[in-house]
Amino acid sequence: MNILVVDDELDVRALFEQRFRREIRGGQLRFAFAHSGEEALDYLHQHASEVVLILSDINMPGMSGLELLGRIRQEYPAPPPPAPPQVMMLTAYADEDSRRQALELGASDFLTKPVDFVALKQKLLQLAANDDAPS
Amino acid sequence: MALPPDTIRIRSRLSDNDISIVRNDSNSATISVDTTKSAYKFGPNASTIGKQVASANTGVVVMVLLSIWLVRGVSRFVNLKDRFPGWNRFYFRFWMLGAVYYLALLGFRVMRPEADDFYVLLVLLATAAVLLKVRDYRPARTLLLGFLPLTVFAIIEMFMFVFLPNTVRFYKDGFQSAEGFSWLWLFVFIFIARSHKKQAEKERLEREAAALEKQRIEAQNAALEQMVAERTASLTRQTEELRETLEELRITQAQLIQSEKMASLGELTAGIAHEIQNPLNFVTNFADVSTELLHELEEEQQRPTRDLGLETELLTDLRQNLTKITHHGQRAASIVRGMLEHSRASSGERAPTNLNQLADEYLRLAYHGLRAKNKSFNATLTTFFDPDLKSVDVVPQDLGRVLLNLFTNAFYAVQKRKELGEPGYTPTVEVSTLHRASGAVEIRVRDNGTGIPAAVRQKIFQPFFTTKPAGEGTGLGLSLSYDIITKGHNGTLSLQTEEGQGTEFIIELPG
Repeated sequence: MNILVVDDELDVRALFEQRFRREIRGGQLRFAFAHSGEEALDYLHQHASEVVLILSDINMPGMSGLELLGRIRQEYPAPPPPAPPQVMMLTAYADEDSRRQALELGASDFLTKPVDFVALKQKLLQLAANDDAPS
Repeated sequence: MALPPDTIRIRSRLSDNDISIVRNDSNSATISVDTTKSAYKFGPNASTIGKQVASANTGVVVMVLLSIWLVRGVSRFVNLKDRFPGWNRFYFRFWMLGAVYYLALLGFRVMRPEADDFYVLLVLLATAAVLLKVRDYRPARTLLLGFLPLTVFAIIEMFMFVFLPNTVRFYKDGFQSAEGFSWLWLFVFIFIARSHKKQAEKERLEREAAALEKQRIEAQNAALEQMVAERTASLTRQTEELRETLEELRITQAQLIQSEKMASLGELTAGIAHEIQNPLNFVTNFADVSTELLHELEEEQQRPTRDLGLETELLTDLRQNLTKITHHGQRAASIVRGMLEHSRASSGERAPTNLNQLADEYLRLAYHGLRAKNKSFNATLTTFFDPDLKSVDVVPQDLGRVLLNLFTNAFYAVQKRKELGEPGYTPTVEVSTLHRASGAVEIRVRDNGTGIPAAVRQKIFQPFFTTKPAGEGTGLGLSLSYDIITKGHNGTLSLQTEEGQGTEFIIELPG
């Protein structure tokens, strides 16, 4: 399963790569990284059908995570193939307003920082299992 | 006991002239009545002799009466009553002595022609004594001088009468002219004394007038001095009030500056929390991951066939993680330090400072501070940091405040422009540093916000000028920034702006 992680913090890449070392080595999860909303959109345009899940920060300079979410929902509206990627939001500002806004925009989940990697791993592996099952 | 005026005839022994004196005086009348009565006391046998004695001593009565007149005149002339009241009382009652003397003459049937002269001498001596007593008074001295020949003459005459009666008769003409001269002398001196008295009176009046004038001037001076004192007191009070007001203003100013600092800090609280939270998350995450890596490494070492490549990779990651933990720990520490420095009163001490790092730090703080307040806000942050920029000696917390202020303003401007709903508008805030060939350092903070209208441009560095709604800005930010850059660092703070296009602030610091 291909996952695109969008965060302006560069060290997120190192962290994810180490946290999911086994899964990456086992080929269960594949990660790509973007440091801004704009970069994420570029990546999606190039690898449209590959990305299944997007993990995005909300607070980023330039295009915010919520804006990115809106754009993705706009560009990939329909269920027919290729299936639209799921978007999970990750934010340090875990207020009710942001959560509601994110879910309204079509986020599939809303996680708060600091990230509980054990829970995240479970979710991701579950999704990966579901994703891999049909193929 | 009023009696009709009577005429007394006296024969002067020396001149043989008759002097007629008309008196209408109760005192003299009393005396003459008394005299008459006394004369009758001697009874029928002695009546002829008594009449002779009384007639012989009529001169004494006349002299007593005259002496009363003289005493009054002299006493009034030298104002003896006020000068020596005791003497005046005695002098005034001198006629009593005369009355006793006359009664004594009658009683002892004395018929001496010089009896009245003796009384006159007594009167003259008493008068001389009185005048001598008041000799400090100039007219009195003059008068004394006037009486002197008459007195001396009276003494000599008395001496002659007693011891050389024949010589008197012989030198009758000489005595007569001497007496005339003495009288003339007396009258002249009375005249002079009167003029002296007038002069003295005039002088006294002048002195009194001068004293009065002096008193008036003194009173005026006192009044003036009191006015001056009052005015001085009021001025002193006003000065004191002004000084107090100034002191209060100074304190208020200091408080305003501090509250401006704290206000900008308050705006940043959320940004700071976010900025600290992020590195702390990394610290915990990398620490956790490192623990996992160590487990993995241990497991790997337990295996019979060890994958050395994997072990090396794990070790490399571990080292990298530790570096990252240190890095993020320092990042959090630097933010906390920055926050403390910002809130602390400026030490005013310059320290070599990496301006790139300082600018970056405050750009993030400002951005996240605004984000925390307005979640829908977003802006592109661009940085162009000159890698050749050396450390510059600045007061870091002061310069930080300037940068924070410029960033906050820039974000405010782009936010305002974004609210206008222009299609395709991307809010952008850019900070760049440049080390000039001249050695000067330049920091530019540029935004593509609303720009500053020309009318406002002149006022933006004035204290308390703000375009923000009440309660959102103190109006001190740019004013303080200007002071910090120009007065604190000998630099310049200038701006380029175009309405509707954006603004660029340029800080120039001497190298």
